[in-house]
Amino acid sequence: MSNTHTSTPDLTEAARLDRAAASAARAEIWRARGRVALLGIGPVIGALLLSALVLLALGVDPLAYYGFVIERGLINPYGLQATLTRMGPLLLLAAGLIVAFRAGIWNLGGDGQFLLSAVVVAALCPLLAPHLPAWLVLVVGLLVGALIGAVWSVLPALLKAYQGVNEIITTLMMTFLGVSFANVLVKLAFRDPATTVPQTRTLAVADRLPRLFDTTVSSGLLIGLVAVIAVHLVMTRTAFGLKLRIVGANPRAAIHAGLPVPALTVAVFAISAALAGLAGAVEILGVQGNVRADWNPHYAMTVIPLVFLARFNGFATIAFVFLFSVLSIGGESAARRTGVPNFFTLVVVAILLVMLGVAEYLDQRRRAAGK
Amino acid sequence: MSALFTDAFLTSLVLGALTAGIPLMLAGLGEQISEKAGVLNIGIEGMMLFGAYAGFLVAYHTGSIWLGFLGGAVGGMAVAVPMAVLCIRMGLSQIVIGIALTLGAEGLTALLHHFQFAQSYPRLPAVETLPIPGLSSLPVVGPALFDRPPIVYLAVLAVAVTAYVFRSTQFGLALQAAGDKPAALDAAGVDVVRVRTIAVLITGGLAGVGGAFMAEVGAGIFVPFMTNGAGFIGIVLAMQARGKPLWVLCGALLFGACLSATTALQVAGVSIPTDVIQMLPFAAVLTVLVLFGRKASLPPALGTHYVRGAR
Repeated sequence: MSNTHTSTPDLTEAARLDRAAASAARAEIWRARGRVALLGIGPVIGALLLSALVLLALGVDPLAYYGFVIERGLINPYGLQATLTRMGPLLLLAAGLIVAFRAGIWNLGGDGQFLLSAVVVAALCPLLAPHLPAWLVLVVGLLVGALIGAVWSVLPALLKAYQGVNEIITTLMMTFLGVSFANVLVKLAFRDPATTVPQTRTLAVADRLPRLFDTTVSSGLLIGLVAVIAVHLVMTRTAFGLKLRIVGANPRAAIHAGLPVPALTVAVFAISAALAGLAGAVEILGVQGNVRADWNPHYAMTVIPLVFLARFNGFATIAFVFLFSVLSIGGESAARRTGVPNFFTLVVVAILLVMLGVAEYLDQRRRAAGK
Repeated sequence: MSALFTDAFLTSLVLGALTAGIPLMLAGLGEQISEKAGVLNIGIEGMMLFGAYAGFLVAYHTGSIWLGFLGGAVGGMAVAVPMAVLCIRMGLSQIVIGIALTLGAEGLTALLHHFQFAQSYPRLPAVETLPIPGLSSLPVVGPALFDRPPIVYLAVLAVAVTAYVFRSTQFGLALQAAGDKPAALDAAGVDVVRVRTIAVLITGGLAGVGGAFMAEVGAGIFVPFMTNGAGFIGIVLAMQARGKPLWVLCGALLFGACLSATTALQVAGVSIPTDVIQMLPFAAVLTVLVLFGRKASLPPALGTHYVRGAR
């Protein structure tokens, strides 16, 4: 190392410096990646440990509980397939939320958009099935689902874009309205006359979304994955995504920059709600086949925290949605065997959110102290 | 249709509006206080639910309705404490933590109820009413409005107290400033974090009593997830009321009337799906928004974290 200070640095010297700089940069990148991974994984482990304490307090063996969750949600082939199938609609909802949240628009109306499009698709597709080829029924179902979702966001979109009305209120109200409206439709208009319980006609299993390979996994998973990755790439790699992010980061600056903010706002609502509607269609065409009255899985409300946990990153969202699906599918089985109701999953997600927030806070303080 | 206009029908309608409206009003009032101070409280649903659970549990074990309401207030505050620590002191996103607290409270109360009562839903005795002499003998409105449990009168009184605090006290001014211009409040030597913390704790207490009211007076039992969106309606009420407590009361009674209309109509022998009626209040508010959209004003600093000396 003594020759680094020679007055006439030769070529090899420059090359060595180059290499040193490159390896330092690489180390820096790896350190940053490690920090991000730690920020993501640390809270997950912390939340699982804290949740284990909750289980202990309730007199349940946490190891047994987690064992059942992992066995059913992850290892058992049928369980794993159920986990993957559940991911489809959740990923689509998450994709819609990523678009909205990155653009600074709080679309909390996902449940209404999801449910209403699910009901319309469930009513429409069994009627079309005898008259159209199966693939066309599915395509029509998916398109109609997306359209219904988008339509249900028109009012909040216009109010936000042209009147500046806070979209948190309007989307929440549209959700309540949509959930009730969906129930009215099931009970009064779309009711299957052949059954005593109020529900829509059922789409035959043969007419549903094709399964992947030789498994029971619905191809809804594929649609969801494509949607999340496409949204992630559009938001991070394209000019359109950049515009939306500018609107989200600073609407006033966006107006100064000459961006058509109202039009972009409406576009964000339309895309976000269409993806939520698509999720409803995928849930019906891939999993349920019909809608029963008063059915509401509250998927959108549960996905919101996951998208936040992933910091609006598409790939991290996939990981968190997978984790949540394992917890919820495995939790259903663990509930039967250990007597812990399914609601426990909600507690885990809540603790996870808080832990992640705290981890980020500590990280910020650490970095602030380092500077 | 003549059955619609009997005294019994009208009495049950007004009474139902009040019973369904009071929890909404308490939640809305609480939300209004924290919104004034610049905190968007999405966790209010969780605070109500935990208040409902705690209130029910205390009333069930002690047999005292008043201790039950106290328990409800404490339960609501117990959920407000993490909100205050995480959002106001540490500056985490109010929406994320709000949703987390709601989900957590939903899960936790359902779990605790499951482990304590399994599938049984023990009932509380009916709450004693306090008839107001003279007024309670009026037709229709008498038995519906003036022969209620004392907590109802107290809840309505809370509206007046809140209005007075907002308008005429130092603390009311501080609340307003914490939401409008926290930096100015800070410059005036008032601790923004403390003002917001107190606001959020009061919110939790009010929402908790609202939840306890649902369990103790409204239903007489605790059922998991029983608040069923009442907290979110509270948020809507608070935003619509634009800082005026009286408007929260009016809005809550309107929502309450719509919610109770179903039961009243069933009493009168008219059967309309609950869902149609439940759509009415939301449709009404949306119509107002479409007509007078721009006016829904919110405190400028709502939802933002205040760091002392950051600006």
